Amino acid sequence: MVGEKIKAESINLNFWYGTVQALKNVNLKIAEKKVTALIGPSGCGKTTFLRCFNRMHDLYPNNRYEGEIFLYPDKVNIVSPHVDPIEIRMRIGMVFQKPNPFPKTIYENIAYGLRVRGINNKKVLDEVVERSLKGAALWDEVKDKLNKLAFELSGGQQQRLCIARALATDPEILLFDEPTSALDPIATGRIEELIEELKEKVTILIVTHNMQQAARISDYTGFMMLGELIEFDTTDKIFTNPSKKLTEDYVTGRFG
Amino acid sequence: MQNRKIVKFREKILEITFFLCAFVSVFTTFAIIFILFFESYDFFKQVPLKEFFLGTQWTPLFAEPKFGILPLVLGTLITTIIALLVALPVGLITAIYLSEYAPHKFRETVKPVLELLAAVPTVVYGYFALLFLTPILQKIIPDLSTFNALSPGIIMGIMIVPYVSSVSEDALKAVPMQIREGSYAMGATKFQTAFKVLIPSAFSGIAAAFIIGISRAIGETMVVAIAAGMMPNFTFNPLEPVQTITSYIVQVSLGDVPHGTLEYRTIFAAGIVLFFMTLFFNIIGYFLRSKIREKY
Repeated sequence: MVGEKIKAESINLNFWYGTVQALKNVNLKIAEKKVTALIGPSGCGKTTFLRCFNRMHDLYPNNRYEGEIFLYPDKVNIVSPHVDPIEIRMRIGMVFQKPNPFPKTIYENIAYGLRVRGINNKKVLDEVVERSLKGAALWDEVKDKLNKLAFELSGGQQQRLCIARALATDPEILLFDEPTSALDPIATGRIEELIEELKEKVTILIVTHNMQQAARISDYTGFMMLGELIEFDTTDKIFTNPSKKLTEDYVTGRFG
Repeated sequence: MQNRKIVKFREKILEITFFLCAFVSVFTTFAIIFILFFESYDFFKQVPLKEFFLGTQWTPLFAEPKFGILPLVLGTLITTIIALLVALPVGLITAIYLSEYAPHKFRETVKPVLELLAAVPTVVYGYFALLFLTPILQKIIPDLSTFNALSPGIIMGIMIVPYVSSVSEDALKAVPMQIREGSYAMGATKFQTAFKVLIPSAFSGIAAAFIIGISRAIGETMVVAIAAGMMPNFTFNPLEPVQTITSYIVQVSLGDVPHGTLEYRTIFAAGIVLFFMTLFFNIIGYFLRSKIREKY
């Protein structure tokens, strides 16, 4: 990570679901305006780790964080109990595994993030809706039906709508939790292209099941197993010359 | 071979038994509808439809009887509206609290208690309205008569809260977790998530809950019969005594009106109006419920 500006870093991060420890001493640096991918077999903790970044675990009882995730430049500890999760979610956006548009119009879906921040100025909203939809490569397809319900879009369009919704509030980091696992190959291709464009503006952390996807779109890759970060390096290194035997076995398809 | 025959025969007997069980309720429903129509047909042979639906006086038991159903319909609507003004907001807010805010343990204790409200006999609610709530309201509103639409309306509303809240809560619970997470991930508060995302998501279920509440309020008998005063006033004033369709039916059924007379048939004419009022709301509710299933 020489010469990279660090946007966030986790230091000795542990996480418990009740009494089950799901993350063990995870140390990872996330480079600014780069794509960082997390790979690993099911249940390895990669989604758990991702969801620490916007405190999603706070929605469920008995979850516990230990350690730090610092968000720069102000070095606020994301997982500190003294930090309001809403403050964090205002700065870090998320796109989920399955498209989850709200039962509202396309326009209102995008405007939602601004409305919950108390911004209701029509001119501002119009501008942000257009900019976000353009940013998510969806504008041309929906500009004539902004007042239609979001459910009327196809799955791939809905997922791009969710990306646009997350972009509308200018997040510093965008979290992607297996964003293409519910989509067909063509829709997947479009989302991948989009992610590559987005990294010019925003830092991206993506969890993926699909190793080829990680290889295609990410700059850095972390390989996780059983709650531990086994290896973290440039994507090139992880896929061509990993230093750990486990990583090599996984990326060459010997297990997982 | 013999054995197979016995098995087959037993299957057939069971099938017939099941069919008869299912048939009982369907048959009863159709029998009720048939009798309602049959008896009110005789009624409308003697009373013109115009007088029945447009007349503002309902005095079928007087020497000079008048058969305008409007006072009863109005009485029903006033008590129903008052009940709904209490039941719908309180029921919905209770549902939101239980499904989104209350800790798991608390919810598990409160839910059965709330459902107990629905188990209290309605006659108890009736006297509660007459002997407890009305005197309190009279201290605040001196013009309130002893029998009035306001007090039983409020009590009926409280009585209906568990119906509204339990169906609404189920609807809110059925909203997929991802939708909630989507809203929270945008930085929304609990309150914003509940009102801006969850209520629209659960809209058809909540509407169905409201419809159930409306049907309950229209059909409720005992509370209004006891506390609303059995006076078929053509009035919009909730402080005055009123009579609802249901309490009129009780009044006549308890009296000694001879079978087969016109007075006797007023029950069925009033009953059929009530039937269509609740049927209307039940049909709306049915469509809304089938809409929920489509969505998720």
